[in-house]
Amino acid sequence: MQSKENILEVNHLKINFSTYAGTVKAIRDVSFNLKKGETLAIVGESGSGKTVTTRSIMGLLANNAVVTGGNVLFHGKDVLKMSQKELEALRGAKIAQIFQDPMTSLDPTMRIGRQIAEPLMVHQGVKKSKAMAQALEMMKLVGITDAENRINDYPHQFSGGMRQRIVIAIALINYPEILIADEPTTALDVTIQAQILDLMRELQDKISTSIIFITHDLGVVAGMADRVAVMYAGKIVEFGTVDEIFYNPKHPYTWGLLSSMPTLDTNSDELPSIPGTPPDLLDPPKGDAFAPRNPYALKIDTEKEPPFFKVSDTHYAATWLLHPDAPKVTPPEQIIERQKKFAKMQQQLENKKLHHKVEETEEQP
Amino acid sequence: MAKYLLKRIFYLLLTLFIVITVTFFLMKLLPGTPLQNQQKLSPTEQHLILKQYGLTKPVWQQYLTYVAGVFHGNFGTSFQFSDQPVSYLISSRIGPSLLLGTQAMILGVIPGILVGALGAIKKNTWVDTSMTVISILGISIPSFVLAVLLQYFVGLKLQWFPIADWGGFAYTVLPTIALAASPFADTARFTRTEMVDVLNSDYIELARAKGLSKWGVIYHHALRNSLIPVVTIIGPLAVNIMTGSMVIENIFSIPGIGEQFVKSILTNDYPTIMAVTIVYSVMLMVVLLITDIVYGIIDPRIRISGKSN
Repeated sequence: MQSKENILEVNHLKINFSTYAGTVKAIRDVSFNLKKGETLAIVGESGSGKTVTTRSIMGLLANNAVVTGGNVLFHGKDVLKMSQKELEALRGAKIAQIFQDPMTSLDPTMRIGRQIAEPLMVHQGVKKSKAMAQALEMMKLVGITDAENRINDYPHQFSGGMRQRIVIAIALINYPEILIADEPTTALDVTIQAQILDLMRELQDKISTSIIFITHDLGVVAGMADRVAVMYAGKIVEFGTVDEIFYNPKHPYTWGLLSSMPTLDTNSDELPSIPGTPPDLLDPPKGDAFAPRNPYALKIDTEKEPPFFKVSDTHYAATWLLHPDAPKVTPPEQIIERQKKFAKMQQQLENKKLHHKVEETEEQP
Repeated sequence: MAKYLLKRIFYLLLTLFIVITVTFFLMKLLPGTPLQNQQKLSPTEQHLILKQYGLTKPVWQQYLTYVAGVFHGNFGTSFQFSDQPVSYLISSRIGPSLLLGTQAMILGVIPGILVGALGAIKKNTWVDTSMTVISILGISIPSFVLAVLLQYFVGLKLQWFPIADWGGFAYTVLPTIALAASPFADTARFTRTEMVDVLNSDYIELARAKGLSKWGVIYHHALRNSLIPVVTIIGPLAVNIMTGSMVIENIFSIPGIGEQFVKSILTNDYPTIMAVTIVYSVMLMVVLLITDIVYGIIDPRIRISGKSN
């Protein structure tokens, strides 16, 4: 994984929104990178800045957004400094996006064949008849049955799952290098969710695109992602490989998220939840933004923001608990269980020297 | 589609029948008789004249006679214009009214849509603000006030167009503008509101994410979707123009049916009142029918559900 080149680098990104109430500091120093062919999951609760981050990658920030620092490098070129023309050439061609709600993200008055073909016609100047032929191929690829007869149908004639397949077809028609999937299954019911996730995995293999997968559903992350970044209040608080985040989490917020996710081992009647609400980003608290909700908060958390501490080459967490001088704390019981499993997994890996990914079926919902 | 049209035409005739009935009895409630100079006629003479026109019979009998006549295409003869057939009266006067109405509709709706869309695209800029000011003026100034202002400033002071009368395109300009102002303002305001909504919708976001240019997004996706609700106000706008035309035709001395209608009511010219009412009703219902068809053309969701019915 280390050897693969970064196709996208986000460095110290800071974005403010000017509103009537004041300046909202939505993104407060976010950095991450995306390698070719990998899936990066960005996890966090509503308002943590996941969507704003991806919008900046597409150059689709709202008018009242101000980038106050950092850059977004796509193949080394800063997206934030691109002209409108350069951005238009990027969107839908090199970087494509799948939106959350398939019921509202298709134009109700345009035939779906035309909607799928549109990015081809815009970016490659393909003639309509040829573009429609390619659209038909893409419809088959994303699993729309009876595609020949349905290419001239309108969105309202499709179910939610089928519409999301159409949205995926639109996103993939130009074989983008990066696919941003912004909660692509949130609006779908669970069986359809699984189908769409399978489809995305399958297509990723076929067209070797990198995926940024935004979600608040950790169950989805386990099956999809190679690496995970956990966001809280406009910052990334922990990132690592999917195994590291799931089985060896270090940040108390990640502990909270994982504990509030039901697993097959869950015995108690009640799922734990993280107390409190996210901070008001109009006036972010001093120090660690999570400290007021954090039962493990240290005194320094309210005074100074924690830097990233290295756990392994791929795993970093921004919590003072990792400081050498920090007192030892005992994570929640569930997390200890997970860490035990992780240790076992590491052991097995060592023993068998196997490099294939260990299937962790328990984690799927 | 043919079945749908037949159904609509049946409903149109049914509505027309109800309109005829209601108007007939309402009209009979109007005070006075068709006779203008009653003092000079003896009661016997008055009775004889009324009897000649069948106005001494009970109202329900007059109604039946009238409806029977309409079914045979006989709209009666005018009381005020020395026994001219009403059908001739109308056919000779409908031309100017139709021309004015159509011109006003086009001048109102199409620029209204463009200006409204522009206001939404340039939201919260000077373009948007001036558009709002113009449309508020258009809605709040009554057409007859605008008509008189136009006559005074453009007709009398600038002498660009004739003040009144009828005789060629130049004569239609001022009355058309006076009639079109309010539909223009309505359409512009409505289009702006719709367009602002549409521009914030998810499919517009997706269109942007596809890499379409700003104007490409508007032309291919936003405009058509904004127009769907705008089509619904075309019916009410047509009513607006028709009622407006009665006043405007009088102010500009245009020999149209609006002017005729007002005169007929003032003189209790029963057959003409009825005939003009029928003409107005038919025009309005045809506009509504066209609106519904256009609705289906621009919104596939309506088209399909119409088929399955």
